[in-house]
Amino acid sequence: MTQDQLVVDKIKAAYPDAIEEVVDFRGERTLIVQPDKLKAICYILRNNTDCQYDFLSDIVGDDYLPEFPRFAVSYHLYSIPKNHRLRLRVWVEDPDEGPETVGPVWPIATWLEMEVYDLMGIRFQGNGSLRRLFLPEDWQGHPLRKDYPLGYEEVQFSFNWQEIDAKKPYAKD
Amino acid sequence: MQLPSGGDTIQELTVEELRAKVGTGMEIEDAEEHLLLSMGPQHPSTHGVLRLLLELDGENVVNMAPDIGFLHTGVEKNMEAKTYTKALVMTDRLDYLSPMSNNLGYILAVEKLLGVEATPRAQAIRVILTELARVSSHLVWLGTHALDLAAMSVFLYCFREREYILDLFEMCSGQRMMVSYFRPGGLWRDIPEEFEPAVREFLNFMPARIADYEALTKRNPIWLARTKDIGVVDAATAVAWGMTGPSLRGSGVNWDIRKAQPYCGYEDYDFDVPVATEGDVYARYLCRMEEMKQSLRIIEQALNKLPKGPVNIDDRKIVPPPRAELGRSMEAVIHHFKLWTEGFSAPTGYVYQSVESPRGEFACYLRGDGGPKPARCHFRTPSYVHLASLPHMSKGRFVADVVSIIGSVDIVLGEIDR
Repeated sequence: MTQDQLVVDKIKAAYPDAIEEVVDFRGERTLIVQPDKLKAICYILRNNTDCQYDFLSDIVGDDYLPEFPRFAVSYHLYSIPKNHRLRLRVWVEDPDEGPETVGPVWPIATWLEMEVYDLMGIRFQGNGSLRRLFLPEDWQGHPLRKDYPLGYEEVQFSFNWQEIDAKKPYAKD
Repeated sequence: MQLPSGGDTIQELTVEELRAKVGTGMEIEDAEEHLLLSMGPQHPSTHGVLRLLLELDGENVVNMAPDIGFLHTGVEKNMEAKTYTKALVMTDRLDYLSPMSNNLGYILAVEKLLGVEATPRAQAIRVILTELARVSSHLVWLGTHALDLAAMSVFLYCFREREYILDLFEMCSGQRMMVSYFRPGGLWRDIPEEFEPAVREFLNFMPARIADYEALTKRNPIWLARTKDIGVVDAATAVAWGMTGPSLRGSGVNWDIRKAQPYCGYEDYDFDVPVATEGDVYARYLCRMEEMKQSLRIIEQALNKLPKGPVNIDDRKIVPPPRAELGRSMEAVIHHFKLWTEGFSAPTGYVYQSVESPRGEFACYLRGDGGPKPARCHFRTPSYVHLASLPHMSKGRFVADVVSIIGSVDIVLGEIDR
């Protein structure tokens, strides 16, 4: 049995309907799972002796505007003992109520989720250290969203803040 | 909207706020006697514009919070507005010490998304150049790391050899640093004739130069005192905190992406992956020094069996036609025009491609939506991830050791802030 199939079986044994879809593209296996089962699945994948996904490579937020659900979060797992990569993916309907943090499973997740929050605005539940990381603390909006403009904006300084702010779309409501 | 609070004043953090930022919730006695120190952003030992908020008890680091974003340029957002080929130039600017590795990670992701593979000659040239970039990056690391630890002369020697490698880059790409040499489907153009003898010359003198650096540092008592038993990370912690590359292998985990999941034909080369078990600054130093020697081995093997043939794949929908063809063929003109105005379209789907950059796992997540521009491009940069483990390595150490620890994980702020 291949590692790909083994992982699916292990998850199905514990949570029969947690996997919504299995996607294979260019030799990469993606499991689209239910957001509320995500953390439990992560625990299985890390602790099960047949899986041993001990390394979390990356967490990526994705914006599918104008589709619904609009956001997706991908977790790129890697197993150093098994030399196998796996991607978990969840759909996020409401960015303010994003998936539960996987920080307790892999400590690095807390740090990676901070980046997703700062640039994509997905709030991971239970992650207490979400804050502005790259952008100033008073920044408005999340730049990697598709509805965030790319450039052509006047830079606001303290002396012309009000003047430029009045012209911005969000200020008028 | 009102002017943000504190918009025109510089906010000072209290110890409580700092602790909340770091998020450890440690209970410390007589915390009111602790000193808060802002190290950086303009500090020569932070290797760029990194700001570290240090909570100090006398000379000891109690807590630390990295403050980043001073170099944030929105690379990932910008890439969504460019075609796959044009977005390549953004990747040079991530890790500006080894642009070849970034190019490679991005280009391999694009090729994976398109479902094409480069020609054997292009792959061998890519291996030669990324390994040269690894040596040049490690030279900067060694030079600046030694400079931080008050060894001035190492820096000057390292930059002498790095200059030679940059000349090699200029020879083939026309650029010393921002090379953009690897293109989807192959290379910008074939390497010039004088490239091979120049690299052979480099392979000739480099082992002796590496021996020189080792003579300056390896058994130097000051060097040992500043690096041994400092910033110790055990294997399990290193994996849990996502450390990769020489920083992980210094902790005894034998994981190199070139060996584990080979790309560009790395499985055909005979090289060792240096591993040290101590997990301290000195172990990471040993790994990187040995890695330079192994890179020279790879370069030599790649040069010896450099295949003949084209450097670009024969697909005019991806690779533009050669200049000479434009005068003869109408079809070539059409392809040229389409590729440089609109670009090629990639299928719908997402891929993730990792490469072993000098700093660790550099990976590119790329999502195509059927159009000529990436719908989402994300970079997993090793320096950004390593920053998270910095507080763990530094706690309880002296401030002077923080400098040595930062140097040992080899961060580049360009790829942290992106």
